[in-house]
Amino acid sequence: MKEQLVVVGAGMASGRALEHLFESDPDRYEVTLINAEPRGNYNRLMLSPVLSGEKTYEEIVTHDDDWYGENHVTTLFGHAVTRIDRDRRIVVTKSGETAYDKLLLATGSAPFMLPLPGADLEGVMPYRDLDDVNRMLDAAEMNESKAVVIGGGLLGLEAAAGLRLRGMDVVVLHVMGHLMDRQLDASAAYLLQKDLERRDIKVHCKANTKAILGSNRVEAVLLEDGTVYPADIVVMAVGIRPETRIARDAGIEIGRGIIVDDAMRTSDPHILSIGECVEHQGMVYGLVAPLYDQAKVVAKTLLDEEAAFKPVELSTKLKVTGVDLFSAGDFAEGDDREDIVFRDPGRGVYKRLVLKDNRIIGAVMYGDTADGAWFLSNIKDGTDVSGMRDTLIFGPAFAGGAQMDPMAAVAALPDEAEICGCNGVCKGKIVEAITAGGLTTLDQVKAVTKASTSCGTCTGLVEQVLAVTLGDDFVMPTVKPICPCSDLTHEDVRRLIKARELKSMPAVMQELGWKTSCGCHVCRPALNFYLLADWPLEYGDDSQSRFINERAHANIQKDGTFSVVPRMWGGVTNPRELRAIADAAEKYDVPMVKMTGGQRVDLLGVKKEDLPAMWADLNAAGLVSGHAYSKGLRTVKTCVGTDFCRFGTQDSTGLGIKLEKRLWGSWSPHKIKLAVSGCPRNCAEATCKDIGIVCVDSGYQIGVGGAAGMDLKEVEPLASVPSEQEAIDITVAFVQLYRENAKYLDRAYKWIAKVGLEWVKEQVVDDLGNRAALVARFDLSQSVYQVDPWAERASTAAHPEFTPLADFSMPEAAQ
Amino acid sequence: MNVMTDTDWLDIGAVEDIPLRGARIVKTPRGCIAVFRVAEGEVYALDDACPHKKGPLSNGIVHGRSVTCPLHNWVIDLETGAATGADSGRTRAHTVRVEAGRILLDPGALKQ
Ligand code: SRM
Ligand SMILES: Cc1cc2nc3c(=O)[nH]c(=O)nc-3n(C[C@H](O)[C@H](O)[C@H](O)COP(=O)(O)OP(=O)(O)OC[C@H]3O[C@@H](n4cnc5c(N)ncnc54)[C@H](O)[C@@H]3O)c2cc1C
Ligand code: SF4
Ligand code: FES
Repeated sequence: MKEQLVVVGAGMASGRALEHLFESDPDRYEVTLINAEPRGNYNRLMLSPVLSGEKTYEEIVTHDDDWYGENHVTTLFGHAVTRIDRDRRIVVTKSGETAYDKLLLATGSAPFMLPLPGADLEGVMPYRDLDDVNRMLDAAEMNESKAVVIGGGLLGLEAAAGLRLRGMDVVVLHVMGHLMDRQLDASAAYLLQKDLERRDIKVHCKANTKAILGSNRVEAVLLEDGTVYPADIVVMAVGIRPETRIARDAGIEIGRGIIVDDAMRTSDPHILSIGECVEHQGMVYGLVAPLYDQAKVVAKTLLDEEAAFKPVELSTKLKVTGVDLFSAGDFAEGDDREDIVFRDPGRGVYKRLVLKDNRIIGAVMYGDTADGAWFLSNIKDGTDVSGMRDTLIFGPAFAGGAQMDPMAAVAALPDEAEICGCNGVCKGKIVEAITAGGLTTLDQVKAVTKASTSCGTCTGLVEQVLAVTLGDDFVMPTVKPICPCSDLTHEDVRRLIKARELKSMPAVMQELGWKTSCGCHVCRPALNFYLLADWPLEYGDDSQSRFINERAHANIQKDGTFSVVPRMWGGVTNPRELRAIADAAEKYDVPMVKMTGGQRVDLLGVKKEDLPAMWADLNAAGLVSGHAYSKGLRTVKTCVGTDFCRFGTQDSTGLGIKLEKRLWGSWSPHKIKLAVSGCPRNCAEATCKDIGIVCVDSGYQIGVGGAAGMDLKEVEPLASVPSEQEAIDITVAFVQLYRENAKYLDRAYKWIAKVGLEWVKEQVVDDLGNRAALVARFDLSQSVYQVDPWAERASTAAHPEFTPLADFSMPEAAQ
Repeated sequence: MNVMTDTDWLDIGAVEDIPLRGARIVKTPRGCIAVFRVAEGEVYALDDACPHKKGPLSNGIVHGRSVTCPLHNWVIDLETGAATGADSGRTRAHTVRVEAGRILLDPGALKQ
């Protein structure tokens, strides 16, 4: 039997350790991974981008079920290990006992909660895992909700910035005199505070919290000086403690953390430990870089190879988009130390180097951190800087006497200079990967070296290394080309298609110098849309350039089946339609019938071959495609309005249905969702749609640019009009303006942010002639494109897209 | 190709039955095979299962000599069945040839 390795904690450290272990010897151990969180390994560093909405949880998962499956890891998630029995070599969880030959403790740390009165109220939370983030996001969904963050360190500020981006009022309370006092000096912290205040985050330093107030839920925070800050949530980010409890109970040697030797062995030779829970030579760590090194070492130890963990110099960056700071080494003041300081108040730049015996021992930078890696490598190497003191603060570009060129800084970095602190990737390794593998893009470098895959703050630097290494072959992606097939941006392509009257895909590719013979999956769908939007009569839709959902007019599912969503105009249906849906669901063995979030019914799990026949059945009952898959009109949600509701001011249902009948079938840069509510109570949730109309006594308030997906955005007011007809005209004109101008895959709100709401208003509200012209162009396009795709496909006898070319599945047919 | 007579090959249909830059499937006892026809007209056949998570490649967008999987956008080389770029993995590729407008598939494709 294989040796049993039990790993406690599925965090950043254990994920890496298992990778190294399986890379070297996939067969030695049978691994069981136990985690208290109800999920596996994910990139904890990236919780802040998830909180702010810049990433989704799925994007930060580092090891998924497939990975565990491939490596035969038995997982037990949502189970805490409560006891280790060292004599019997078992660990105990609520589901029973697991035996081990080797045990790896990677339990990380527990957030420290200040023992304040009221600290146990609902709404007081730490910031450590995904559940915390979800709790914060729930709170951010409330209207005008307020957050108080206790702790102005790295975590606290990332939480504050994220919550602010989610629309909460945020106050940061920090007990020390300036923010991030462990990483920054007062001058840099001053600039940081100003930057945060510019984002409407209130900062209160020297704040001694006295109590958290509230009866069941938190209501406010009280400071010693009597200040009261109202709060719907309180996030405590005041520090962490190594999670050592089970180790201590088992009698393993503990200091501040679980004590380990250089090979990551604890006092029990069968038990190893890595991560934030360990103490090595008196040090405990709270950043991932050293933990990744520990992971490498422990993998070797587990395979009986020699390896020793060596502590390294650490640097810190704050992952708040738009804030640039860097800190490394020791920057405390002292008699034996000298400072070199550079300030540029106009640009908000501050740099300070701390020197001792002609060597840099600390660096703090704010606003311009490009030279950070070079300073860090000088700190690590203990370089004697006496020869370049005069220009040292200007970085390697000057220090080396080279040209003053931003790239020179990176070019001058030695090969050992660390570029990605999280993953411990140095410049030499990146350069080698680029030259050996012929890499040309950031994504390739990320995939091969892992640089810039954890916290992402070194992305710019990695790009510069790429640029320096490739020389003239590198095109700095300042403007993002549409895809690798072209150097032009979406905007350029749209402009040129109109200006040069390019009316076919080959014409675009030829005239605009496409670098591939027939494009790729990124540019072709975009070009197809641009062409059909600009030349509805001349251009013929190219179904092979559409994503499968739009080609098959159904949503592909993870198992290759499809889902079918019939239109329900304005969310209204009737017994005949429901019966037809029920009949189809039975006839085609639909495994799930579900109400969607868009006021209609989803039939999930339909076989591709069955689609045409199913559509024919649904068509017969008057049901058409709901385009639940399209970059086009999705749904128009409505409320019951004047017909039934005692508060309704206008016929919201009727208007919604009119709009849906007018707009369906039109293709657009991204999906379009509408809603019409009968009064400001807004039961149709109109204020978070691409276009939302709220009926009032005096008429119709039209808002645009709302969203409730990856971003949550309230609509901005476009116009208030007295008549239903005018509301319809403005809506149609807005849709056409969006179709004609936006970049493919920009939702309306992203596009409006680029062109400005004022410009949109001029086009569709103020300029009546233009409004009418937009409406006319929309109707022209609808004369071609408003056709039910289901009817089209159900009526033709042959369905090549849906039927197999040949069938040998019967055993005898193969003989 | 080794010694194999024409009659050994499976006639699976006419070339025109597959749209340019498109695909159709052939059902077999061991699962579906996706048969692709690229812009220049050549025909390729792969198991209809992406090396990533078995996405049905026949539903992907065909470009150059590649297909992009509809589930998570891996780009698969039609000649070899190998994932391209930073992804790795390979799906089984089958030999096909075109004769007199008919697509002929290597009968080995039906066997495990
Ligand atoms: C079926 C449904 C979930 C449900 O069971 O309720 C759904 C299902 C999917 N949504 Fe959704 N969304 C559904 C309502 C919503 C809503 C709620 C709403 O419309 O009121 C939202 C938030 C509102 C919004 O769009 O702002 C929503 C925000 C998203 C997003 C994020 C879009 C964004 O720009 O932030 C995506 C991803 C995308 O489109 O790129 C997405 C994508 C998807 C896809 C198409 C993912 C995919 O590509 O496979 C899902 C298809 C599942 C399937 O195979 O059927 N879905 N999705 C809902 C169908 C509504 C309908 O009747 O058409
Ligand atoms: C929001 C946030 C942002 C951060 N940003 C950065 C950054 O930019 N740069 C940086 O270097 N570091 C950053 N860190 C710190 C970094 O995430 C940690 O250093 C790292 O996650 C520690 O890894 P670990 O494996 O030791 O512990 P963890 O990743 O915490 O994993 C430990 C796991 O063990 C589980 N566990 C604990 N006890 C038990 C038990 N008894 N039984 C079963 N399971 C148990 C826990 O539930 C947890 O899932 C950040 C941390 C947070 C929270
Ligand atoms: S239906 Fe929407 S929210 Fe649900 S998993 Fe799919 S994309 Fe995500
Ligand atoms: S299954 Fe093909 S890319 Fe994921």
